[in-house]
Amino acid sequence: MNTYKLSVNGESVEVEARPEMPLLWVLRDKLKLTGTKFGCGIAQCGACTVHLNGAAVRSCVLPISAVSGEITTIEGLADGGNLHPLQTAWIEHDVPQCGYCQAGQIMSAASLLATNDSPTDDDIDVAMAGNYCRCGTYIRVRAAIHSAASYYNAADTGAQALKATVEGAAE
Amino acid sequence: MNIRNMNRRSFLKVSALSGGGLMLELTLPGTLSAQELGTLVGSKELNVFVQIASDGQITIYSHTPEMGQGIKTTLPMIIAEEMGAKWEDVEVINAPLDASKFGMQGAGGSTSTPRNFDLMRQMGASAREMLVGAASDVLEVSRSELEAKGSKVVHISGQSLTFGELAALAVRQPVPDPEQLSFKDPRAYTIIGTSIGGVDNLVIATGLSEFGIDTDVPGMKYASYTRCPRIGGIALSFNEAEIKKIPGVIDAFILAPDARAGDASMSFLQGLAVLRGGIAIVGEDTWSVFDAKSKLKVKWDDSTASRDDWDEMIAEAKKIAKQGGGEVKLDNANVKSALDDSNNKILEAFYQFPYVAHVCMEPMNCTVDFRPGKNGDPDTMEVWVPSQFPGQVRDIALNMLGVAPENVKVTGTRMGGGFGRRAVHDFAGEAMAISHRAGVPVKLTWTRTDDIHNDFFRVGGFQNMKAAIDPNGKLAALDQHYIGFVKDGKPVIGSGLRGNEFTIAAMKQAHVTQSMMEVRTPCGAWRAPGSNTNAFVEQSFLHELSTLAERDHVEFLLELMGERRWLLEGNVNALNTGRAIDVIKMAAEKSGWGREMPKGTGLGLAFYFCHAAHVAEVAEVTVDKNNNFTVNKVTVAVDVGPIINMSGATSQVQGSVIDGLSTMALQEITMKQGVIQQGNFDDYQVMRIAATPEVDVHFIQSDNRSTGLGEPALPPLAPAVTNAIFAATGERIRSMPLSEVGFKLV
Repeated sequence: MNTYKLSVNGESVEVEARPEMPLLWVLRDKLKLTGTKFGCGIAQCGACTVHLNGAAVRSCVLPISAVSGEITTIEGLADGGNLHPLQTAWIEHDVPQCGYCQAGQIMSAASLLATNDSPTDDDIDVAMAGNYCRCGTYIRVRAAIHSAASYYNAADTGAQALKATVEGAAE
Repeated sequence: MNIRNMNRRSFLKVSALSGGGLMLELTLPGTLSAQELGTLVGSKELNVFVQIASDGQITIYSHTPEMGQGIKTTLPMIIAEEMGAKWEDVEVINAPLDASKFGMQGAGGSTSTPRNFDLMRQMGASAREMLVGAASDVLEVSRSELEAKGSKVVHISGQSLTFGELAALAVRQPVPDPEQLSFKDPRAYTIIGTSIGGVDNLVIATGLSEFGIDTDVPGMKYASYTRCPRIGGIALSFNEAEIKKIPGVIDAFILAPDARAGDASMSFLQGLAVLRGGIAIVGEDTWSVFDAKSKLKVKWDDSTASRDDWDEMIAEAKKIAKQGGGEVKLDNANVKSALDDSNNKILEAFYQFPYVAHVCMEPMNCTVDFRPGKNGDPDTMEVWVPSQFPGQVRDIALNMLGVAPENVKVTGTRMGGGFGRRAVHDFAGEAMAISHRAGVPVKLTWTRTDDIHNDFFRVGGFQNMKAAIDPNGKLAALDQHYIGFVKDGKPVIGSGLRGNEFTIAAMKQAHVTQSMMEVRTPCGAWRAPGSNTNAFVEQSFLHELSTLAERDHVEFLLELMGERRWLLEGNVNALNTGRAIDVIKMAAEKSGWGREMPKGTGLGLAFYFCHAAHVAEVAEVTVDKNNNFTVNKVTVAVDVGPIINMSGATSQVQGSVIDGLSTMALQEITMKQGVIQQGNFDDYQVMRIAATPEVDVHFIQSDNRSTGLGEPALPPLAPAVTNAIFAATGERIRSMPLSEVGFKLV
């Protein structure tokens, strides 16, 4: 057992763990941050996606000993009481079905939007290729990412207020 | 407020929506026990489903398990509509598992909506009548001059009282006789038929929703379980000392098989849901017990284990198809002569569909706290289980460990997918046995490989089809030979023909037989059991026949439907050819059926009736010279009666199309001498976002009763796609998945 100092969602924490323990299980079982999900353990499904220094990583194959820098999980994505634009768009488009993969989807999408505020469908397909959705919410995932991008741009001009309703989600 | 530090049991409410984000406000507790319910300050229970607080907060219980089908939003919408509530005032919380209050609390077979619609309406109407009665007393006016709307009771004079103001008085009103209740005119609906977002969307988007796998109880340890790779094998010994030395491991032991752990009331399982022998490992965290599991060296006795082998099954099925015969399901003496008539065109085709796994995104898991009774008290148990029928786990507790049902407290959690897999609770039996033996509360989590190897699979099978087209291009005869599977002589769920299929129920030209082979591999319900494979064969073969007859497929299919008629008048589970004709015509019209297509692109149409739903789908598919295919668009026409939640219903159809495509294009479980050959998402794939087609959904909101939509939009997808590939290339696909016959989804 070693002691690791981590920065998770802006807070410093210390955990005792074996060096090869994946970050996923440190988050879920030791820090009780269960928003990040286990899906496959081999970096195929993306349910475990978190940010390491802003980049999307699959926490199920990332040993705790290799973690260096700031970790952000779904629980830390919102800025205090203000939802991330993607979270707003997710609600607006009524994206979730079972909901299990959605944290991973949102974290991958947030990493995309951080570097590309006007992604095309192709950009989205590439950035989201690592995230399975067994319920098949992909159509709304795509729509929500486009909306969230527009909120970023709208926020720049300060011109638009958001209306969180799912009217139109069926279109 | 910081979301990260928020109590997970807190209820989050969207309260203000401006300036680029949502504000969160802490309001009421979100998941309440029965005891906690009584302490809601000022709230009044008008009936078991509805409470109103003096501040106007309306609480509606969701009593049906949620697995992504949206029922936690759909059913409360019906109550809110009928009582005249404003949806913004409604909080939906999970009802505790209590059959005496809520009746059957399960979800499967697309039955939750039709089974509960009338009850929900009654609960809403009953609450409304009590509120109106209270207002009538306060205002001293006649009930007939009052109307409940927008969370108020409004008098014709314009005077009004809010539901919150009336709550304390309403609860003293006599409970209306259900027979005397009247219901809203559907034309006046303001909630039913609109788009309402899932009530848990906010907690899901912020990572705060609790699935079964997120269960955390005081003193809890973590467990893994390892069964024999060959189904039915028994553990004799393992490297116990080595495993127990691994850091984080507390205990490791063998569990013997136990037939008493079966879901006794689930007759379709044919006794397959037993506790299978294996190795339990208990530890300090999930990863430690997974890591130890990967280091297991087990000596198995697999002498009596399954030797099921998919290649052998295929060879046997082809032999049976050649021989013909089988049990007669529909006798038709004219078929043989038509097939022998040299004036007719004859076609014979052998179809094959594989076993597939459920792969719910949330692997199977269950948390159990077994507490031995002290001083002569009975043993008790608490179970947290993501289940479509959580109450069923009490059977296992009673049969395997002798814990009386009244001493088993069960919490059914949100499920990360169900698709029929979570109708079976073999994993709960394992968790119970481990907690019982280890003497601590344990959370058992399956690895993805456990989840695939231990599945109750969608059963594979075969059909040999033969038909005659007469010189006028009409179908003269159809000989259908189904080759499926039985366990101990009884059909496994999803295998064989039930009699309500189109060929048997409605076609006067058909002769139908069935031959069954024994299987030991466990099979279970998988989204639209039976229908999801029969649709592929039936609707592909009918397209082969319209092609042979050189007829337009839509026209050919409509001719087979014949007169508009309901095969069993008044029975929603019987085909109504009129509704079938309407959805086929609508799918054709909306997809631009018959238009000129570019080279390499084709349209394919399929229709299927199941789960009381009539659904037609048209796929537009482009195939390149290397047989890479892209589904550009799927047009869907659905008749499930009036739609309750337009957003949720559309989502179910979109998801069914994508699930159907993912399955038919990519997925196959094979067994070799009893061992499942696929083990994780590297060799058992789910479709990724790039292959997603546009899905254009149209509802015919007929005067049919509102019925369920979790399953019926899936079956027509596979034949629509293969028919489109034929239209694009002239190549006929008679076997799934397409990846195994040279067609790659891109």
